[in-house]
Amino acid sequence: MLVASLLVASFVIFGAVYLAPGNVISALGGGRSLPASSVKVLEARYHLNAPFLAQYWYWLTNALHGNLGISITLRENVSTLIASRIWTTAGLVLYASILILLFGIGLGVVSGLRPGLFDTGTLVVSAVSAAIPAFVAAIVLIFLFAVKLTWFPAVGNGTDLLDNVRHFTLPAIALAISSLAVVARVTRAAVREESQREHVQTARSRGIPPRQLIRRHILRNAAIPVTTISGITVASLIAVAAVVEVAFGLNGLGAYLVQSAQDKDLAVVQGISLVLVTAFVVVNVLVDVLYAVIDPRVTLGARAQ
Amino acid sequence: MSITAALPVGDLAPAKRSSVLGTLRATGPAGMASAVVIGAATFVAVFGVVIAPYDPNLGNLTQAWLGPSASHLLGFDAQGRDLLSRLLAGAWTSMLGPLLVVGICIGAGTALAVLAAWRGGALDTVVSSGLNVVFAFPGILLAILAAAIFGAGLIAASLALAIAYTPYVARVLRGAALRERGQQYVAALEVQGVSALRICIRHIVPNIAPLIVAQATILFGYAMVTLAAISFLGLGVQPPAPNWGVMVSENQQGILQGTPLPALAAGAAIVVVVVAFNVLGERLFEVARRGGR
Amino acid sequence: MTNAGPLLEVDGLSVHLRVEGNERPVLRDVSLSISHGEALGLVGESGSGKSMTARAIDRLLPDGARVEGSIRFDGAEVGALSGGDLRRYRLRVAMIFQDPRAHVNPVRRIGDFMTEVLRTSLRVPRREAGRRAVEALAEVGIADGGRRLDQYPHELSGGLLQRVMIAAALLTEPDLLLADEPTTALDVTTQAEVMAILDELRSRLGLALLFITHNLELAAAVCDRTAVMYAGQIVEVRLSSLLHADPLHPYTAALAAARPDVDRSSARLRAIPGRPLSSFEAPQNECAFAPRCEYARRPCTEASPPIVRIDGGLSRCTRAMELRGTLGVAGHTEATSQGEVGPLGAAGGGADEPTVGPGGQLGAPPPSAPPTGRPAGTLARSEG
Repeated sequence: MLVASLLVASFVIFGAVYLAPGNVISALGGGRSLPASSVKVLEARYHLNAPFLAQYWYWLTNALHGNLGISITLRENVSTLIASRIWTTAGLVLYASILILLFGIGLGVVSGLRPGLFDTGTLVVSAVSAAIPAFVAAIVLIFLFAVKLTWFPAVGNGTDLLDNVRHFTLPAIALAISSLAVVARVTRAAVREESQREHVQTARSRGIPPRQLIRRHILRNAAIPVTTISGITVASLIAVAAVVEVAFGLNGLGAYLVQSAQDKDLAVVQGISLVLVTAFVVVNVLVDVLYAVIDPRVTLGARAQ
Repeated sequence: MSITAALPVGDLAPAKRSSVLGTLRATGPAGMASAVVIGAATFVAVFGVVIAPYDPNLGNLTQAWLGPSASHLLGFDAQGRDLLSRLLAGAWTSMLGPLLVVGICIGAGTALAVLAAWRGGALDTVVSSGLNVVFAFPGILLAILAAAIFGAGLIAASLALAIAYTPYVARVLRGAALRERGQQYVAALEVQGVSALRICIRHIVPNIAPLIVAQATILFGYAMVTLAAISFLGLGVQPPAPNWGVMVSENQQGILQGTPLPALAAGAAIVVVVVAFNVLGERLFEVARRGGR
Repeated sequence: MTNAGPLLEVDGLSVHLRVEGNERPVLRDVSLSISHGEALGLVGESGSGKSMTARAIDRLLPDGARVEGSIRFDGAEVGALSGGDLRRYRLRVAMIFQDPRAHVNPVRRIGDFMTEVLRTSLRVPRREAGRRAVEALAEVGIADGGRRLDQYPHELSGGLLQRVMIAAALLTEPDLLLADEPTTALDVTTQAEVMAILDELRSRLGLALLFITHNLELAAAVCDRTAVMYAGQIVEVRLSSLLHADPLHPYTAALAAARPDVDRSSARLRAIPGRPLSSFEAPQNECAFAPRCEYARRPCTEASPPIVRIDGGLSRCTRAMELRGTLGVAGHTEATSQGEVGPLGAAGGGADEPTVGPGGQLGAPPPSAPPTGRPAGTLARSEG
C-alpha cells in the first residue's frame, strides 16, 4: 500500500507536466522561450524522445538517486535547493506537532474527564479555533504578539538554534491552532465515550481505584481514536506549512514551492511535491503501525477500513 | 415466558424522510443559529455586488488605509477601495469555490460509495484500494501543483481539491451504504424484482441522505479554508478580483504598519462563515446518527 | 458456620435516575434478603428493574441517581461506604455481567484483567497473582490457563470469556456473587455449561448468589428462592420449588403459563396482552399490572397493592388471599407445607434462624402449623 501510493503519486507528479497546455518543452520552460541549446539539454535530460513510460522510469530512478533536475530560474540542482530549505519546514512541522500533541490531547483529556465549566469553555473555544485558517491565525498572531506586544519577531528564520525557536514560535502556533482544536475535540469525545463503556463498569465493580481506572481503562482505550486523528492532523501539517511559511517569510520548502508554482519552474515543483508527498505517506504509514501496536485487535493496514 | 414482542415490522420499512425544517429544528439552537449565518452569507454572496455601497474595484490611492468613518463604515484597504463593499463583493468567489468542490465530491463520492457497496466483492476491493491510494495526496498540494501546470485560478484549484477530497467522502459514505445495503428491506425489494438502480436511487441514497448532508456541510467549511489559503498564496483567485483570501494577502502589510483592520476583517469573515458550517455540520452528524438505525 | 442475620438485606430501596433532565423512578420500594450461601433468583422482563437492583447493590448507579432506602451487607450500610471500606466491600461482593465481550477491556490481556484487582487492592505479587488466576481458570474448566493469560479477549469465544469473567470474579473470594443475566448472550449449550459451573462453584464455596434473568424456569432450577419483578417493584417472592405449582401473583402465573410446554397442546400460545411497563410508566396509586391482569377487579385500580405474606412467600397483589392456590398451572397441592422446610431457612422456612421476610417483617409461622395466610390488614404495608 505504501509503495503503491508513492508510485501513483509520483506518476501523477510526473505526468502532470504532460497535462499542461502546449508541448512539454514549453511547460518545462515555464512558458519562456528558450535558446536551441537549452532545448537540446532539456531533451537529453528528460529523454523526451523516448516513450512515455520510459521517461517516467528515467525520471523516477533519477529522483530515487537524489537527482531531481535543475531549476529553470535559478539554474541550480533542485536537490541542493531542497536540501537547504528542508530543515526549516521540518523544524516548523515538528514544533507545531509538539504543540498539537501536548495541548490538544492534554485539553481533550482534561475536559473529557471533567464535565463542567472548563469543558464547556473548551468546546466553545475549540469550535472557533478549528475554523481559523492558518494564514488568518498568522496575521492575528503577528498583529498581537509581534506588533502590539513585541514578544516575537514577525518574519524571518532567525540565526542560531535558540533564535530559531523564537522565530518559529508564532508560525508554529499559527500552523497548530486549528489542528489543535480538532484533536482536542476528538480526544474529549473519545475520553467521554470510553468512560461510559461497560468494561469500565466492570473494573469499577471490582474495586479498581479511580486513578488507575482512568489511566489503564479509559485513557489507554481512548488512545486508539486519538492516535488516528493525531496522525492525520500531523500529516496534514506537512502541506499546510507552506501557507504559514509564506505568511511569516520563512525560507522553507513550502514557500519555495509556492514561489516556483508562480514562476512555473516545473522541475522544482515536481521535486518538492515528491518530497512532501513522500513525507506525507511515510507519516501515515507510521500511524498505521502505531495503531496496530496500540490496538491488539487489528492487523496492519486495517486502519484504512 | 410471555411472548409479548410483536414481529419486527420496523425492520422491513425504509426510514421516513423528515422535512428540512424538522431536521433543522433538531439541530438545536447552535445549529439553527449557524444556519442563519450561512443563509446570510449566501445572500451576501449572491447579492453582494448589488448591495455594496461603493464599487469594490474602484480605488483611490490617496485614501489607502484610512480608518472607519460615517460614510465608509469599515474604512479603506491598501488600494484605497471601500473595505465594506469589497468584503460584501468578496463573498461570491469565497463561497463559489467550496460549492464546486462539495458538489463534485458529494456527487462522485456518493456514486462511488453506493456502487462499491452495492456490488461488493472484487469491484468494492478495487474501488476501495484505488481510493486509498489517491488518498495519499494532500489537497492543498494538489492544488498548488495544478496551479503550476494550468496557471493560477479558482477553477483549477477547486477541481484539484475535489479530486483530493473525493476518496475521503467516498470512504465515509461507503460504510453507511454498506450498512443500508444489509438492511432487510433491501433484500425484500430485491426479491420483488425491483431493479438495482431503482433501489439505490429511490431507497439507499435517500436513507443515507442525512449523513450526506452532514458530510457536505463539514466539507464546505474545510474546502473554504483551503481555497482561501490558496488564494492567499496567490495561486487561486487573482487580484484585483475581490476574495477574502486575496484580501488578507493584499492587506497584510497593514498588520505591520498599524492599520490591521482590512486584513483582520477579511480573516474574520472567513472564520465566521466556516465556524457556522462546522457547527451546523457537527449538529447534522448528531441528528443523522440519532435518526438512523 | 452461618452468622446471625442475612448476608444482604435490601429494605425499601427506591431509585430515581436522571434522564434528559427529568427524574424518573426505576425502582420502587424493593426489599429482599439473601442469607449466606443462599441463591436468590430475580426474574423480570426488560424494564422491570432487575439489573438496576443489582447495580444499586454494587454501587454502580450512574451519576445523578437518587437512592432511598437501605442496603445492608453483613450489617453495614452499603450506601455509606467510601474509600477503603468501599473497596473492601467490592472485594466481598463480585458481579458478573451479561455480555462478556463488552465488559472486558479489549486492549488488555486476560491475565491483566484477572489479576488487576489482586495486584492493586490486595498487593499480591505478580507471579503469585498469575498462579492464582491459572487455578481459578482451572476451576471453571479452562485447562491451559497459562496460555490463556497471555491472550486477548477477542481471541476467546463468548462462552470462554464468560467463564473467564466468572473466574476473575471469584479471585477475590467474595461472599456474594451478583450475576446479571450471565448466560443470556450465550447459545443454549454454552448456557448449560456456564450454569453448571456456577452451580458447582456455589455449593463448593458456599457462595451466596443473586441470579438475574428473564427466564423463570432457569431461575427456579438454580435458585433456592425466586423473586419476580414488574415495573420496578418486587411482586412475588417464593420458594423456587413452589413457584410454578403455586404462584402467588397473577403475573408469575401468566409468565409460567405463557411458556410453550411439550406436555400441553393448545391452539395458540397464551401471551400476556399488552407490553411490560417500566417503573416510570407505571401508575403510582394502583396495581401496575392491573391493566394486563385477567384477575383484576375494582379494588386493584383504587390503591397500590400491599405486600401480603402467604405460606412464607410474598405477593404484592390486592387479591392475593382470594387467589391463593388457584393460580398454579397444575393446581394447588398439599405439598406446600413440606415445601416450607427449606434447608437454608429461607423465608417462611422452619430452620433455626429468625427470618427477615422481604416485607421487612420478622417472624415466621412455626413449621408444623398448617399454611394459613394472614389477613391482608395486619401485616400489610401501605404504599405511599
